[in-house]
Formats: sequence, structure tokens, C-alpha cells
Amino acid sequence: MRRSASFTESFRELGLLVFIIVICAIFQIRNRNFLTLENIQDLLTNTAILSIMSVGMMMVILTRGIDLSVGSTVAIAGMVSALTVQFFRGISPVVSVVEAVAVGTVVGVLNGLLVARFNVLPIIATLGTMNVIRGLTYVVSGGAWVSSYQMSRGFKEIATGELLGVSNPIIMAVVINVLFFYFINHMRTGRQIYAVGSNPEAADISGIPRRRIVWLVYTLMGALSGLGGVIWVAKFASAQSDTATGFELSVIAATVLGGVSIAGGSGKVSGLILGTILLGILNNALPLINVSPFWQQAIQGVVILAAVLTNVLVKRNNQRFALRRRAI
Amino acid sequence: MVERSIRVERQWSWRTFLFQWEWLLVLIFIAVNVVNSTLSPYYFTADTFLQTPMTFLDMSFLVLPMTMVIILGNIDISVGSTVALSAVVMAVAYNAGLPMVLAVVLCLLVASACGFLNGLLMTKFKELSSVIVTLATMIIYRGIAYVILQDQAAGKFPKWYSALGWGSIGKVPLILIVFAVCAVVFGLLLHKTSFGRKIYGMGSNLTASRYSGVNTDSIIVIVSVLTGLMAGFTALFLTSRMGSTRPNVAQGYELSVIAMVVLGGVSTSGGKGRIAGPLLAIFIIGFLNYGLGLVNVQAQVLLIIVGLLLILSVLVLNVRFGGRYKRSVPGAAKKLATQEHPSEKSP
Repeated sequence: MRRSASFTESFRELGLLVFIIVICAIFQIRNRNFLTLENIQDLLTNTAILSIMSVGMMMVILTRGIDLSVGSTVAIAGMVSALTVQFFRGISPVVSVVEAVAVGTVVGVLNGLLVARFNVLPIIATLGTMNVIRGLTYVVSGGAWVSSYQMSRGFKEIATGELLGVSNPIIMAVVINVLFFYFINHMRTGRQIYAVGSNPEAADISGIPRRRIVWLVYTLMGALSGLGGVIWVAKFASAQSDTATGFELSVIAATVLGGVSIAGGSGKVSGLILGTILLGILNNALPLINVSPFWQQAIQGVVILAAVLTNVLVKRNNQRFALRRRAI
Repeated sequence: MVERSIRVERQWSWRTFLFQWEWLLVLIFIAVNVVNSTLSPYYFTADTFLQTPMTFLDMSFLVLPMTMVIILGNIDISVGSTVALSAVVMAVAYNAGLPMVLAVVLCLLVASACGFLNGLLMTKFKELSSVIVTLATMIIYRGIAYVILQDQAAGKFPKWYSALGWGSIGKVPLILIVFAVCAVVFGLLLHKTSFGRKIYGMGSNLTASRYSGVNTDSIIVIVSVLTGLMAGFTALFLTSRMGSTRPNVAQGYELSVIAMVVLGGVSTSGGKGRIAGPLLAIFIIGFLNYGLGLVNVQAQVLLIIVGLLLILSVLVLNVRFGGRYKRSVPGAAKKLATQEHPSEKSP
């Protein structure tokens, strides 16, 4: 059973990888400039926020949850940090990042409180907080924008700056992915997330603090959304109340594309990274090969559906083989 | 030996009658209206109650089937996109020369087809949760709408069509009449037919329903098609009131609709809830919106209020009527954990 499960996982990761390579090949044939270092850097920079947040979403979905409030969290964290910079120009970018992460964490703690403590269904709880947080963003900003000229250079460099020729968002995304890869796979708490997701009753009986794990997962999701928020606002050099509306769906889509099962308990960081990159390519690279941006959403949707359905079919096939093996 | 009696009908008592979620909703509704009438001296007239629903009813058609979907224990987040796609197809078909009547029929057909596809995917791929299926189709339907109409608007409908959304018979708006008919039909379907009972059964225990001979697949497909059909109604009235349509109409409808259903006391774990609750919730949120408009409160504040109402109602429902875990996870787990294993007793 265990072997077949890991076989499915590696098969789907291989499939994703092949799919990404095929897509890249097609893009390269259509447009010679696709696989240049500069373009790849651009693509990854644009995918960094998605990648950072999908790590959090993966953990949430592992526990059988879902978080719809991440788009709103991005907006409020970005808005609060941008407003602070507007009023205190000299503030260090590090403080801005910490501030945004703190704001996100507060939202995450609230979500966790509702889901873990009060047993509200995750989709409903986060639907509620999504509305509340979005409304609060409007109230905090008074509906006004914070524009580029009101932000300090240091603040904008959170997203536009470079370290050794690699842009900051990419570095942050890599660091976050590595950190959480270690956390999820090699730390006790990380493994407990899987346990809670695959069988809550068993987790309870074996003494895993189920509620605390669920709470933690939403808090981490909030913190990562906060980080995403400050990068977002710094990158586009404008903070608006409707920032990242609907972004939660992209994050969930990337996570699902990466093979994280919505039924909880299964999914890997390696698959997640592939899923994010695939969605990043679909999001950012279609204009490069002269596909009208109006086709973008439809193509995205079809790819997501195809990926999810293939996954199911492969799993079914696999189970049939496993049964046959056992029969003999 | 304890004597057991199997009562089919629960005994009627004042206690159970009064402690119903719907009464709380009625109280909230009255409170909203009291507040509204203190805000404006012109508020409390029959006209207000007849005309205001016009402003919020088009989305409400979706609440009816969504109640069924949620009682089934599923969720459908593709409804907003279905509205957009069917509205866009209708407008484009009309502008391409199709008679308006046929365009309207086409709109309903496209919407039903969208619902049918959702249902088909859900029943053919049972491993997938409805959230994922409808998330994918949500992106696809909206995507197709964008492919068809790009960033343009389509409209210039005939005059009689705009009367659909704005017209009234006597003093009663047409949309209110149509909605009332739909609500009665859905109420009867859910509460007075075997179809409705099967929905409740499936929501409480899908496997048990299947084993007792319910054709669960066909019920899921029928409910999905009904959801699509109602999305078509929403598209009709919305387009009629706005006079034109764009691919980005009805964005976020799914979330408001789900919020109303949950506020109406329908349990998100399935199998519980009545049609009356969501109906009341529609009018509470609608009139709340109208009242806030009277005092020039930003629309965004309404977001906060709706969100808070949603969270609070779920919290109260969880505390008062038993939480979603109460029956299953921790209780059972604790009982299992504290139960002494028989083998441990023997020395």
C-alpha cells in the first residue's frame, strides 16, 4: 500500500515535470526569447508570492481545511505596511516586513480560533473572515490608494531589490520553501500535520494536539499571506483596497495542481513547487507566445481540471493493480 | 430490559417550536427594519417593502438550489461564473441576430448545461470534493465568458426584456412574483416530495442512502442542473436590470449566496436546515444593505457586517444546536480512548 502510494506521488510529479517541459518546449519554439535567463528570472519573480503562499495553503489543506481569506489578508497586510511607510518614510524595510507578517499572523490566529476552537467549517469560517478583512482594508485606507511616490525606496526594494543578481522575492520564496520542506518532513510538528489530516480520530487517540496543530497551520498561513502582502505591494508599488481579490483561488489552484489532496493528509513540497511553477508559467508566459490574455483563464481552468482528473484516474488504476497483486 | 419506542414524528412542544433558528432570523429581520425606519421617516411604507426587493432579488435565485446543495453536504462555487457565461452567451447570440425569446431559452440551456457538467464530474469522479470540481469549472466558465466577449460589454436588448427586471404587475415587481413562485416550488420539492427527503438522507449519510436504494448519482445531477437553471434565471434578471452584460458580472456571487444559506441555519455538514431560513436571510441582508445605503454607509462596511453575521450565526448554531464535531470526532475519540480495553483487565 505504502509503495503504491509513493508510486502514485512520484508518477504524478513526473507527469507534472514532463508537462512543464513540454509546455516550455512549445513556448520556446513559438518565441525564442522564452528561455532566456532574464525572462526566467521575471517569471519566477512573478511566481514568488504564489509560491510562498501555496506552502501555507498546502499545510492548511493537509489538515482537511481550506483558507479563502488569504487574498484579503494580502490586501490588509500590504495596506497597513504601505500606510505606515507613507506616514513614517524613514522606516526600515525590515520593520515593514515584520509588520506585515504580524498583521497576517493576527488574521491567521483568528481563522485558527474559529476553525480549531469553535469547530466552524473552514470554508465557512474563512469565507466570513475574508469578507470582514476585505471590509476592514477599505475602512483602514478610507478607500484611498497608497501610490508609488508615497513609498520610500527602501520599501519598494523589498520586491525590486536584488542579491547576487537574484531578485529578493525569489530568494524569499526559496528560503520559505526550504524552511517549510524541513519543517514538514523532518520535524515532529510537521509530521503531526499529516497525521491530523489523514485521520483526525487516530491523531486524537495517539495524543497529538489536534486542535493546536490546526490552529498553528492557519496561523502560519496568515503569516505567509502577510509576507506575500508586503511583497505584493512593494512589487506593484501601489496598495489598493481591492489588492489580490480572488488570489485565494490561484493559491488553492496551485496547491491542488501540485498534488495536494483536498481530502487531507497527502501532498508533498516537491510536487507543490512544480504545481506553482506550472501555474506561474500559465499566468505569466501566455502573452509571450501571442495567446490573447482573454484565453488565459480558460486555459488555466482546463489545465487544473485535467490535472485533477488525471490524478484520480492514475490513483484508480494504481489501486486496481494493487488489489490484483494482493489477490495473487 | 428497557422498553423502546420508535417515534416517527417528534412530539410537538412549545419549547422546540420556539427555539428555532428561524425565529431568531425573524427577530433580526424586525430589528433591521426598526433601525431602518428610525433612519428615514419615509422608510416604513408598503412601497418600500414591495420595491426594495427589486434591488437584491436577482442573486437570491441562487440561494434556493444552493440550500439543496449544502443540505447534500456539497458546495458549489461555480454559480457566479455560470451566471456570467450564460448572460454573455445570451447577449452575444442576440446581437448575432437570434430572436430575444430564443436567446433567453439559450441562456437557460447554457446555464443548465454548466450545472449538468458539474454534476457529471461530481458523480463520475467521486473522489473529488465538490469544492475542487466547482473551483475548476468556475475558472473555466468565467474563462469561456472572457474568450467570447473579451473586455467588451454586450447589450442593446429589446424593450420588453428590460421590463423583466424593472417591470411590475400592479405594484408588485415582476421579479418578486417570479422569485416567490420559484421559492414555493423549491420549498415543496425539498419538504414535500420524496426527492427532498432523499436529499436530506444523502446529506446525513450518503453511503446509507446508496445502500437503501436511492439513486444518489441522479439526485446529485438533478440538483446540479437545478443550480445551473437558477443561475440562468439570475443571469436573465441581472442582465435585464443592468441593460448589458460583461464577462466580469456576478463576481463573488457564490460567496454571498453561501453566506446567506449558512446564515439561514443550514448546516454545512449536510442533512440539516430548512428553506425558510435562507429565505429570511435573503431579506435580512437585502434590507440591511438598503438601510445602510440610506445613511450613506460604504458598501464595504456591509462586507464586514455580512462576514460577522456569517461567523456569529455559525458560532451560535454550533453552540446551540451541536457543533460539527460534537457528534463525530472528539467525542467518539475520547470515549474510545477512555474505554478500558477488555484484554487489559486480565492479569
